[in-house]
Parts: sequence; C-alpha cells; structure tokens
Amino acid sequence: MLGYALRRVVGLVPTLFVLVTLSFFVIRLAPGGPFDQEQVLSPAIRANLDAAYGLDQPLLVQYGRYLGALVRGDLGPSLRFKDYRVHELIGRGLPLSLTIGLAAAALAVVVGVWLGALAAWRPESRVLKGLINLSLLGVILPGFVVGPLLALVFGIYWPVFRIAGYEPGEVSFLVLPVITLALPVAAYVARMMRDSMREVLRSNYIRTARAKGLPARVVLWRHALRPSLIPVVSYLGPAVAFIITGSLVVEAVFGLPGSGRYLVQGAIDRDYPLVMGMILVYGVVTLVCNLLADLLYGWLDPRVRPA
Amino acid sequence: MTPRIRFPLLVLGLLAAIALAAPWFSSWSHDAIDWQHQAVPPQFEAGHWLGTDRLGRDLFARGMQALRVSLALGVLATLISVFIGVTWGAVAGFAGGRVDAAMMRFVDIVYALPYVFIVIILSTLLPRGSLAALFLAIGAVGWLTMARIVRGQTLSLRHREFVQAAIASGVRVPGILWRHIVPNVSGTVIAYATLTIPQVILFESFLSFLGLGVQEPFASLGSLINEGAQEMESSPWMLLVPAGLLTAMLLAFNALGEGLRARLGPGDE
Repeated sequence: MLGYALRRVVGLVPTLFVLVTLSFFVIRLAPGGPFDQEQVLSPAIRANLDAAYGLDQPLLVQYGRYLGALVRGDLGPSLRFKDYRVHELIGRGLPLSLTIGLAAAALAVVVGVWLGALAAWRPESRVLKGLINLSLLGVILPGFVVGPLLALVFGIYWPVFRIAGYEPGEVSFLVLPVITLALPVAAYVARMMRDSMREVLRSNYIRTARAKGLPARVVLWRHALRPSLIPVVSYLGPAVAFIITGSLVVEAVFGLPGSGRYLVQGAIDRDYPLVMGMILVYGVVTLVCNLLADLLYGWLDPRVRPA
Repeated sequence: MTPRIRFPLLVLGLLAAIALAAPWFSSWSHDAIDWQHQAVPPQFEAGHWLGTDRLGRDLFARGMQALRVSLALGVLATLISVFIGVTWGAVAGFAGGRVDAAMMRFVDIVYALPYVFIVIILSTLLPRGSLAALFLAIGAVGWLTMARIVRGQTLSLRHREFVQAAIASGVRVPGILWRHIVPNVSGTVIAYATLTIPQVILFESFLSFLGLGVQEPFASLGSLINEGAQEMESSPWMLLVPAGLLTAMLLAFNALGEGLRARLGPGDE
C-alpha cells in the first residue's frame, strides 16, 4: 500500500510538468504584457523593466529559468504587485481559501451522505424525496446566482449572518460562503449516496443483519454505510475541482480576501508569474486531493487494492 | 414528443423568440442611457419593464441582449465541442491499442485539471471581449466528456457484424467512422450536446462574472449578476432579473437534456 502510494506521488510529477509547460507557453502567447498601462511607458523604461524581470530573453531561456527557480521552490516575483514575491501573495490568501474549501467539502459530504442514506432507508418519505428533488436546483444553479441570493435573504432581508466588510477570525462571515460552495456538492453526493445505498440495502448480508434483529441504526450506519460510500469517494476528486472553481466565485461574491482573486487579477494584468503560481498551487491541491480520494477508495473497497 | 421534451422546448423557444424580437418592440437599446430614470424599479410609464441599472440602462434590453449572446455562444461552442469530441472519441475507440491509450491519457490529464484554469488561460489569449475567441476557448475544453462517451460507444460498435462487414468489403477508415460509427452514436451525442449547452452558458457567465468574458457596453448574464449583486441592498431587481433569466434557461436546457437522454440514450435502442 505504501509503495503504491509512493508510486502515485511520483506519478504526479509528469502531470505537473505538463501543466506548467502548457500554461507557461499559452500565457506567453497572449497579446499584451504586464507593463501595458493607460499611460504608455517610454521605450527606455520599458526595456529596463523587461531586462529587470528577464522578459527580454528568448522564451525558451525564460522557461528554463522558471523551471530552475521552481525546482528550488521559488515562484518568482509578482510583476504587478511591486516588491512582492508570488509565494507571499498566495500565502496571504491561501489559508482563508483552504479553510472555506475544506469546510465546504466536509459539510457537503456529511450532509450529502446523511441525506442520501436516509432517503434510501425511507423511500416512502415525502420530505426526503422533496429535499432530494430540490437539491437538483443546487446542482444546476451556479454559485454566482446562489451566493448573491443567499446574501440577499440571509444578509439583508433577514440579517442572520454578516456579509460585507470581512474581519479576520469572525466566523459569521464565512457561513454563507461555505453553504454556497457546499450546496451543489452536497446535492450531488446525496443523489449518488441514495442510489448506491439503495443497491446495497438489497444485498443478502443486509437482509441477514436485519433478520438477526440488529437495530436499524446499526444496520444502516455500520453495515451498509461503508460499501455505499464507494461511488461518493470516487466523486471526491471532481468535487475538489468543483470547489476550487467555486471558491473563485464565492470569494468575489462575498468579498473575502482569499487567494482566488490572484488568479483572475493575474490573468487580467498579464502578471505571468502570479498566474503560473496560482495554477501550480491550485493544480497541486487538486491532484493531491484526487490522489487521496484514490487511496481512500482502496481502503473502502478491498477489491481494488493493489496486491 | 413526450411532455418531458415538449415543455422545456416550449420554454426555450419562447425565451429565444423574445430575446431575438426584443430590439423591435423594446423602446430602449442595450447601451442607451435614460438620464431621467437611473436605478428605477420595474415600471411601465417609461417603458422600463424590468427596471434600469445604476447608469439608467434598460434591464429588459440588456437582459435580452445577454440572452442572445448566451444562446448563440452556447450553441456555437457546443457545436465545436461536439465536432472535436466525436472525432477524437471515434478515432480513439476505433484505432484501439496504443493510439487509443495515448489519446485517452491526454483527455485524462486535461480532465484532472479544473476547467477554469484552462478557460482562464485560454481567455488571456484573446483580446478582451472578443466573442469569437470566447467561444473557441470554451468549445476547446467542452469536448472532453463527449470524447469519452463516444469512445466508449465506438469500442462496443467496433466488433459488431456490420462494422466487420464494412471492413471486410474494403471501406476505408474515414468511411467506416462517418457512415457506420457516427450515425450509431448520434442519439447519445444529441442528448449530451443538449446537456453541454447549459454548461457552456454557465462558463460564459462565470467568466463574465469574473470580468474575463463579455465586455462593456455589451452585457452578459454573468456580468449583470455581478453588477446586480453590488447593488442588491438598494435595488434588488438588478440582481433578480438576470438571475431569474439564467435560472430559467439553465433549468430548461437541463430538463430538455435529461428528457432526450431518457429517450435517445444508450440502453434505449
């Protein structure tokens, strides 16, 4: 198992390499540069700036330098935020983004699994059926519709949570963003859980467990839960990508100082190292989460465990 | 036609018809500024049926213009992704072996990355606000699911008798793909293409919401929602109008896609 995990970690390297290479060259193909401003710079100043950041070198040389710096753990300087290194900028926002993302993932899995399992256990319940059907809305509607609407209802008309002027450490600001992020994932997990749990509940060993008189609670949560979780776990990888995408929107909607805005702002400003850094950091997060999901999968389902 | 297909089709047809006809019966255009009515709620006296934004631009006209952009982009980008996806999937599935493995490995790698990265990177490639470029960028990443589905179906078709017969009688590979494989996957392709349209529309709105997509003076539902969200405390209609339009369109497309999949999807043949 450990050997398998190690091999998988090593396997991430070529994927990251492809990611870095592709994004490096594609971003450079883009028209415009980091120093295009309203006020046109004089050619001499422009040349000095380019030289200072190594932008006057051939693209391949720049690429080599970037990779070299990357291997040493250096993401380079930001071109637009003067005197900041990219890792400082991202490091400032990332803790908040990770907090929101992880909280949303946890909330989505707990609520989705619980709701889906109950819906499978009591197929006759109208309330549960209604909730599951309503959750389809959560899958279809994007965060930038759900977020503002939640803010309108629970922040303005019925002000239970605070929505504007984020103060660090104040949990009340984070409730609505986390719910917005978690909603579509929870909805998806609930539907998947209901279907797989329904399947599991039909199997022989569940009938045996019931027949020998175990209480419903034990049958459901101890016997049926683990195998039912398998499809949910395989969805966790895509879910992480979904949550990262969503966090860009949610941070913008609720004005949270996470790291997502650096990706967007960097793309608009042509701040090459900043965009690259964001893609790399978020790419690593995505790939690592995918890997963890795969390993969890092996733990849940002994049949796919590598020998 | 079952009601599951007819009803969403009706809703979409109605939305599209109003959006297309709006320039003829609305008294305002999407970029005209009404200095007398800035940020007014929906009213009939001045012809602002859905109210105006902070600058005094008519929200009905802007909403309908955004709807036209969304629909056009959704259909065009979906066509692109269908074309790439079907070709890629059919070739991979039919070739098999190493070619198949390499082609699908590529799809896997791109799949493993969040879509946004790719779209944001691609959108930096384009002059800001260029619609043609926007739909290329979105179409270029939308084909992955399609490629997977088509490949799976091609794999099972490849060994069927009529394909074997075509190979034996000397039909060339493009001919087999075009005449025998593609027609047999078309049902599934149509169903998934219908489900791709709302995703494309979402992408466009998402990019525009972040400020990377459609640019002023043109509106996108995404950029309208962004503006509306900033004014929602004083003028909630600025948020509710575009949010409602987007919701209606997404629900209708999804319902249509699900309905089509239930009828045309695999397992129904």
